[in-house]
Amino acid sequence: MADPKKFSPLQRVLHWLMAICILTMFFVGVGMVSTVTPKYLRLIELHKTVGILLLILVVIRIAARWRYGAPALPANLPVPIKLAAGLSHYVLYGLMIVMPLLGWAMLSAANYPVVVFGGLRLPPIAPQGELLHTVLWDAHHYLAFVFFAVVLAHLSAALMHALIRRDGVFEAMSPLPGPSMRQPGG
Amino acid sequence: MKPPRAGVGRSALGSWAIIGIVVAIAAIAFVYTAGWLSPQRTTPAKLVSALAPPGGPALGRRRNHVKGVCFTGTFEATGAGTAISRAPMFVRGQYPVVGRFNVATADPNAPDGTVRVRGMGLQISAPGQQIWRSAMISAPFFPVATPSAFYALLLASSSKAPDAMKMFIAAHPEFANFGAWAKTAPWTRSYAEEPYNSLDSFVFTSGSGATSIVRWSLLPTAPAVSVPPEVLAKQDPYFLDQEIAQRVKAGPLRWTMVVTVAAAGDPTADPSKAWPQGRRTVDVGTLVVQDVQPDRDGPCRDINYDPTVLPAGISTSDDPFPAARSSAYRVSYDRRTAEAKYYPRTAPEAR
Repeated sequence: MADPKKFSPLQRVLHWLMAICILTMFFVGVGMVSTVTPKYLRLIELHKTVGILLLILVVIRIAARWRYGAPALPANLPVPIKLAAGLSHYVLYGLMIVMPLLGWAMLSAANYPVVVFGGLRLPPIAPQGELLHTVLWDAHHYLAFVFFAVVLAHLSAALMHALIRRDGVFEAMSPLPGPSMRQPGG
Repeated sequence: MKPPRAGVGRSALGSWAIIGIVVAIAAIAFVYTAGWLSPQRTTPAKLVSALAPPGGPALGRRRNHVKGVCFTGTFEATGAGTAISRAPMFVRGQYPVVGRFNVATADPNAPDGTVRVRGMGLQISAPGQQIWRSAMISAPFFPVATPSAFYALLLASSSKAPDAMKMFIAAHPEFANFGAWAKTAPWTRSYAEEPYNSLDSFVFTSGSGATSIVRWSLLPTAPAVSVPPEVLAKQDPYFLDQEIAQRVKAGPLRWTMVVTVAAAGDPTADPSKAWPQGRRTVDVGTLVVQDVQPDRDGPCRDINYDPTVLPAGISTSDDPFPAARSSAYRVSYDRRTAEAKYYPRTAPEAR
């Protein structure tokens, strides 16, 4: 039986899998553009592959959210925090969708073939163009830093719920089944 | 179940400290990975900036090999290449080509006749997004053995210290070979009379999965006529562009693409060392150049001749240069496309 205080197991698996992938993307992203060593090629290949993987995962995740919803936030949570929580989740979902598409479109606009998963060649999703490339490049670049900052805020909020408020919000997305999981019929 | 918020107060300060430490560690790790705490790291941005001539880079244009002309044509594969690589453009047939002849300088004002090394960017396309790009030069080997040595060469050659080059040469003995080649190799009056060499090694994988490490060269069918450099220095600053545009009007220009296969123990990771004579070679096809277009408006403008853009059947080897070149070429492309307004295309009616 589903626990109404928790996200569904599928949503929790997707959350933590994507969390690992997204953190990897931040570090691979800033690392790859700052090196001239042979690591560069391996990192850029990883960045493209994980980016496309995340694009697939976020589609599944949104479908799961639409199907299973989310547990209600605690009633005693102050309104500004509730608003911030709601808004930051829209921003996170938006960035999870937009960042891989910007990356793919940016490479398309630069006439680069997009090769992922060790040899799968994706078609371009944007026409070649200098101005378009620059706009997409800038967006991908600056939004990456915004994304990282929002993830840090999300991490701080999660830890605040887990360590200070202890209000069950962290446990709702806990990677482990956890002791609060009720037995069927319990 | 214990009531929520139990123990708040006593441990709250400690909990906030834990949150602060976790966020700080994540942020510092990120900044470290980005290289902001490592000013000594050779980044592609630094490498590209170091290429700039004393007057600054030519805005909107390639950061090296800045002068050149576009060309279009075909690659006519003999089919012999399929024995060593499953790249689709080795299957007997014709494949479209967009290339660029260029002179190896970052200075847009350097007269063509004063630049020792000439180059060719080449893109061969096959169906299914299978694209092979390379950027080759007329020298038979590279001046230095490693990307960091190349960066050191850029810093030394632009240094005001009187003994900078002397110290560089002492630390990089391979550079003397290049100096000897530059002094003795003949100069020609045409892009059409030059060979173009990959210098870097790559891995070819055949249909059966067998791998070989190779380098390739485009050998001109036009005979090379030696011209004294003093004569070339007096030519028009753009004489190479003019000459090739004239020459192609009389008929297509051809190069034979010869792939050389390394033997065990050959220096595959060091493009400053030529491989011994007598290695197995395969004539994989003929490059046919049919038309030449100006750099500003031609189809090569939109192409970054990144040598790591490879089809199935070709991959990078233990040679560290293609990765370094790819990272730097990308920065050059990002910068020049962002500056496109400084290098406007010519309106068709103005031509």
